[in-house]
Amino acid sequence: MKRCSARLGLVLLVLALLGLAGCQATPTATPQPEPSAVPPTPTAVVRQAGQLLLATTTSTADSGLLSYLLPDFEAKYNVKVNVVAVGSGQAMEIGKKGDADVLLVHARAAEDQFVADGFGIKRDDVMYNDFLILGPAADPAGIKGMKDAAAAFAKIAEAKAPFASRGDNSGTHVKEKDIWKKANITPSGDWYLSLGQGMGETLTVAKEKGAYTLSDRGTYLSRKDNLGLEVLVEGDAALFNPYGVIAVNPAKWPQVNAELANQFVEWLLSVETQEKIAAYKHASGLPLFFPNSEAWRAAHK
Amino acid sequence: MGDLFRGAIQALRLILALDPQVLSILGLTLRVTGIALLFSTLIGVPLGGLFALRRFVGKRVVIAFLYTGMGLPPVVVGLFVYLLLSRSGPLGYLGWLFTPRAMIVSQVIISLPLVVGFTMASVMGVDPDLRRQLASLGATSWQATWAILKEARTGVIVSIVAGFGSIISEVGAVMLVGGNIEGYTRTLTTAIVLETRKGSFDLAIALGIILLALSFVANVAMLSLQGKRLGE
Repeated sequence: MKRCSARLGLVLLVLALLGLAGCQATPTATPQPEPSAVPPTPTAVVRQAGQLLLATTTSTADSGLLSYLLPDFEAKYNVKVNVVAVGSGQAMEIGKKGDADVLLVHARAAEDQFVADGFGIKRDDVMYNDFLILGPAADPAGIKGMKDAAAAFAKIAEAKAPFASRGDNSGTHVKEKDIWKKANITPSGDWYLSLGQGMGETLTVAKEKGAYTLSDRGTYLSRKDNLGLEVLVEGDAALFNPYGVIAVNPAKWPQVNAELANQFVEWLLSVETQEKIAAYKHASGLPLFFPNSEAWRAAHK
Repeated sequence: MGDLFRGAIQALRLILALDPQVLSILGLTLRVTGIALLFSTLIGVPLGGLFALRRFVGKRVVIAFLYTGMGLPPVVVGLFVYLLLSRSGPLGYLGWLFTPRAMIVSQVIISLPLVVGFTMASVMGVDPDLRRQLASLGATSWQATWAILKEARTGVIVSIVAGFGSIISEVGAVMLVGGNIEGYTRTLTTAIVLETRKGSFDLAIALGIILLALSFVANVAMLSLQGKRLGE
């Protein structure tokens, strides 16, 4: 009995020590203020000054672009950028609730709406790449080499060939819905797989099911080696995939780190950073993103 | 099979090389789960004892809620905590969303009903004669509760083990409220989701193997508490 309580005490002690360790500095790249043990009073609600929360789409994070770019910003301003990578739809919801300081997303119409609703101050072009229609090499719908994305979608629907949709209101999903709309088709039926998952998972399902799908080029390139899906349609203007940056409006959410968010936007759009975006290549040597900020365009006229 | 084999090899390599990134993920996982379990244990074990031993109005309803809580979908807990801690929510002023604290809050909510429920069940299984005996010996109710909890320790340890198991392996809630931020709120489970999404199945399964190993070690440690009770 006695030994047992001693042991129980020991375990509780260990747990307590773990707990204390948890209250110590968080493992971050740069020094930052210690999170206070006492909940901050409502007057001191600003997020720790040295931290910026960037809500972004999975493609910018999973492609490795952000881990390549962000250390420069972190060093320059001696801050830590916390990246939450989700679908563009979810990223904008995070922004709407005031839980992020800045957004880097790709869902043009929704971005403009976000700014129009006053959640963001303005939206700036950052970069672009493009979407691809992928499918099995056998190409049962016969769309290979087509130049019109909507016509290709129509053929897939006509053939009732399996199509894997993100189904998560992400930028890619929004683009896909636009193309269906352009083709005048409301996709439904056994062949249309609405997954509600990220790009990576969707590619995996498409591979396993021999389905067609729409993917951004970056994610496709980073996955193509063991994917067994081919690029069947590319180059249509409708497949253009622009990324925008929006700082969350401090008038809506005074707690956001507006100053740092604006510095981030400025830094991201600067010619110097844009050059780095252009220089970031996939292992195969192909570019993943093409710089497109106003400053960059002006410098490369 | 190829991915599984490469994953096992990579798991070994990551552990042996003390990969700093894996260590940071491992450290955070342990800290968050450890703190959450500490809270669940400190609150849950006494509460479970009280539920088992005391009679009070509405006990049936409370227990029905408790049993429902034992099956709470973690992602619903995550969503609830998310909306609570969001700037637009009632506790937004704390600024806890997308920090390890939000993850701890979720994990306490997920594991607490399990700790309370299993503790209660094991205490109810203690011979009622013992309770009467303790009472006749003049033990105060707190002394009696403590003595009975010790008698029921096998079950109490199981309750803590169950609580631990429910949160070390949990991904939906911590993903939502932690945000899977590299070096800050990335746990083993959210890292596995990320690597799976990226198609790095071998790294994902390697992290999975590390998670299992960690869970095994933790459970062995907790089992040692039961001592000779296992009849070995």
